[in-house]
Amino acid sequence: MTQKTVLNEAHRRLSAKMVDFGGWDMPLHYGSQLDEHHAVRSDCGMFDVSHMCAVDVAGPDAKAFLLRLIANNVDKLKLPGKALYSAMLNEAGGVVDDLIVYFIADGQYRVVINAGTAEKDLAWMRARLAEWQRVAACQVAIVPRRDLAMIAVQGPQARAKVWQVLPQARAASEPLKPFFAVNVGDYFIASTGYTGEEGYEITLPASKAEGLWQALLDAGVKPIGLGARDTLRLEAGMNLYGQDMNEDVSPLDAGLAWTVDLTAPRDFVGKAALLAGGQKSQFLGLLLQDRGVLRAHQKISSAQGAGEITSGSYAPTLQQSIALARLPLGVAIGDTVTVEIRDKQLVARVVKPCFVRNGKAMI
Amino acid sequence: MNVPANLKYTKSHEWVRVETDGTVTVGITDHAQELLGDLVFVDLPEIGKKLVAEQEAAVVESVKAASDVYAPIGGNVTEINTAVSDKPELINQDAYAAWLFRMKPAAIGELASLLDAAAYTAISAE
Repeated sequence: MTQKTVLNEAHRRLSAKMVDFGGWDMPLHYGSQLDEHHAVRSDCGMFDVSHMCAVDVAGPDAKAFLLRLIANNVDKLKLPGKALYSAMLNEAGGVVDDLIVYFIADGQYRVVINAGTAEKDLAWMRARLAEWQRVAACQVAIVPRRDLAMIAVQGPQARAKVWQVLPQARAASEPLKPFFAVNVGDYFIASTGYTGEEGYEITLPASKAEGLWQALLDAGVKPIGLGARDTLRLEAGMNLYGQDMNEDVSPLDAGLAWTVDLTAPRDFVGKAALLAGGQKSQFLGLLLQDRGVLRAHQKISSAQGAGEITSGSYAPTLQQSIALARLPLGVAIGDTVTVEIRDKQLVARVVKPCFVRNGKAMI
Repeated sequence: MNVPANLKYTKSHEWVRVETDGTVTVGITDHAQELLGDLVFVDLPEIGKKLVAEQEAAVVESVKAASDVYAPIGGNVTEINTAVSDKPELINQDAYAAWLFRMKPAAIGELASLLDAAAYTAISAE
């Protein structure tokens, strides 16, 4: 049974082409995904991301639970509203999911997990809690918030448009540094995103989502589908769960070493496996030099051995094809590799996996 | 659905027009471009290449996916439309103007196996 967000009818009224995404009926585009991509880079656009799941983790032992549950260190979260990107690992060091955890107040956190993995993640979190409670007291409530919706507004004009529509939110949200969130009444406004542009991700009661969506539309904010969401995140060099990493891939081999805290003495699920296994591959960007389009699962040949593309597409901002790829250790930025596309060997250059930031090419 | 009555079609979503000089022009249908979305790359066959009916002749790629274009009949490529390899979006704008390649049929009888507009409309509406 396909699930629908509270904005499903709103997408259909906008003539969206709908697709199944991780069990959710979501808009792929509203006409042209290229136009939508450019709108976010040059102006702003909005995304229904209500399929993602906010999970409140609260209780006297919430911090201790998260310290052990996820690979990044929630001890870094000192200021209220601060957000942290992290992977949640299995015992073998594979990625169960990637997530953002927000520190609301002492004993109160909000974790945002992916749509397609939500049920699996919740089961995993509850199983770990039950397991640890058998050994010692651990007072934590794990509450998925399916009563909430999420709208992301992204692009150079995103903040101004949000303030125009929610003037009461301006005072609290304007001073937010990147990767923070603040509560304004019913609205949880975060300066996070998945596009490489400025903007907000707004979590709000599902009953208010259509009103905000319509107000943003009336203010000239364009609706953006999952198609452009994917090319925007790829240009920004951001990983997609299930494609760039999964339960069989270590975060160290998926470009996520920066999110894993191995230095602190604390133990967390998967730590022993990461320390024993170490890094086996590099995760870098590719820029296709020939004509064509890089795609996931294409094979790469380098002087150091074989690699594989994990995400690839046409980059609308750069007007050439780019990819994220797993490559052998020893391949260096600036190296040339070949990618097998159908029966041809095409040339690609290895680059840092951040292609576009704030509307500008980084390569 | 935009399916001009004067063209022939294949079940793999190519359109075919028989020219007065006996060559045939091939493109992808409006329905096909709509399914693919914004096109960003077109790989055309080389002039002179011998094509076999129902085998890969060209590739069109949208942002989302790559799709093979099949030869509707057997024959040799006589001309290619480099305008669409330079600007693949021409196919999104008008799939019936943005032809891909022309070919000289090996056997004119093969044209009889192609679908007319009504038959193509019926199979692509399924």
